[in-house]
Amino acid sequence: MREVAIVGAGMTRFGEIWESSLRDLFVEAAAGALSSAGADHVDHILVGNMSGGQFVGQEHLGPLMADHLGMAGVAAARVESACASGGMALNMGFMAVASGFVDTVLVAGVEKMTDGADVTNVLASAADQETEVYHGITFPGLYAMIARAHMAAHGTTEEDLAWVAVKNHKHGAMNPKAQFRSEVTVEQVLQSSMVAEPLRLLHCSPVSDGAAAVLLCPLDQARNYTDRPVKLIGSGVATDAMALADRKDPAFLAAVEKSSERAYKMAGVTPKDIQVAEVHDCFAIAEICCLEASGLVEKGQGAKAAASGETSLGGRIPVNTSGGLKSKGHPVGATGVAQAIEVFEQLRGESGERQVEGARIGLTQNMGGSGASSVVHIYQGV
Amino acid sequence: MPSPRYWREKANRFHLEAARCQGCGGVTFPARTICPACRGTEFETLYLSRKGKVVTSTVVHVGPNEFQMEAPYAMAVVETPEGGRLMVQVVDCEPSDVLPGLEVSLEFRLIRREGHGGILCYGHKGVPVG
Repeated sequence: MREVAIVGAGMTRFGEIWESSLRDLFVEAAAGALSSAGADHVDHILVGNMSGGQFVGQEHLGPLMADHLGMAGVAAARVESACASGGMALNMGFMAVASGFVDTVLVAGVEKMTDGADVTNVLASAADQETEVYHGITFPGLYAMIARAHMAAHGTTEEDLAWVAVKNHKHGAMNPKAQFRSEVTVEQVLQSSMVAEPLRLLHCSPVSDGAAAVLLCPLDQARNYTDRPVKLIGSGVATDAMALADRKDPAFLAAVEKSSERAYKMAGVTPKDIQVAEVHDCFAIAEICCLEASGLVEKGQGAKAAASGETSLGGRIPVNTSGGLKSKGHPVGATGVAQAIEVFEQLRGESGERQVEGARIGLTQNMGGSGASSVVHIYQGV
Repeated sequence: MPSPRYWREKANRFHLEAARCQGCGGVTFPARTICPACRGTEFETLYLSRKGKVVTSTVVHVGPNEFQMEAPYAMAVVETPEGGRLMVQVVDCEPSDVLPGLEVSLEFRLIRREGHGGILCYGHKGVPVG
């Protein structure tokens, strides 16, 4: 298996970007990634996207995006795993280069969510239609059930959940690409409107448009594109029962644990070696559960990690320095690739006031549905 | 939801038909062809008792369009005595009283109306006991 590096990155700002279409967003991010690496061709394009079909009635994104990038003819396909589509595209790009099947892969993620689709219903299609959605559950509702189970098992409080949002907004306020560049207080979170008890509006990530793209190539060709490549040293994917009712412990995300273990094993590192991490905080409770399942904090200790400063910039293990899904925004198919870009920039020392000093090894964790799929990647500065 | 899709699910929606794996004894609801726990393929059909206990719950304040008129409404994962688990609305009570541990009976109720024809779609909802 060949060693693989990320050699270029590009992304749009995240937010309600009314002036840009699905294809505009993709082209801006993809062209940015190519130009940052000085690349004029690629062997393969992978587009992570949850639901162009439901959001804007557009399927068949592989050829559409290759065409609009001026690369009709290049192999291209869409990759889907709900909100983990971007991370899953990165995993498949990694496999394609590592195996020697191709040399250069453009891995992109894109979602256009604000063109008028019924977002609640579209997102719910990542849950089990026959046994969950039929009865009226929403995505925030599923995570609210996870939150209540976590509260019952570990004594987690609504204030603990609020601290996750406070921390991520504090980080996101420093990110020029973030949808919400404003800080919030614990009081504001706890007074925001109720979405699904115990989750309030400010415990939830927003509806967003955006795209992100990275260029992968074999490590031994990386210097053709950049003098600061970042090596992909681990990648793990795992699945779990789709419906929450079919998981023995609803407060534990088994797919996150398994995908993390696979990535750590491949990389030959342990959670203690990780110096910066982006985890899937679609809802505040998700960050807590993902930190525990990935081993970045001990099981049952995730609730206090944000309040104590452990996961803030300057803390033991800074988590979601980009602002996370909560503050940076969550264009679902783009999220996994945007997480990779945050760690890529951190390991190159390009994160400005969000820089984690001396970071050499980072991790991203991207999750689909209420935890039925998870993708973890581990990166090393070269 | 076109009517054939609804009709296909009648066994579990109307009768709570489940399957007990002959290999590991695990109960799956709705019934499946392959046991998710042991991959066994020999099953005994059983019908879940129309009662159970709340495993976890929420109160949905912002619902899908079809349910928004009912908000706020409680939803719960309920485990029946056979070990089968199902997602249901819990009604005829204060939504905020629906917390883990609550005992509910499972009653046959209207769940939603589908499409322009307004097909009535049924299933089970939880009602607190006592």
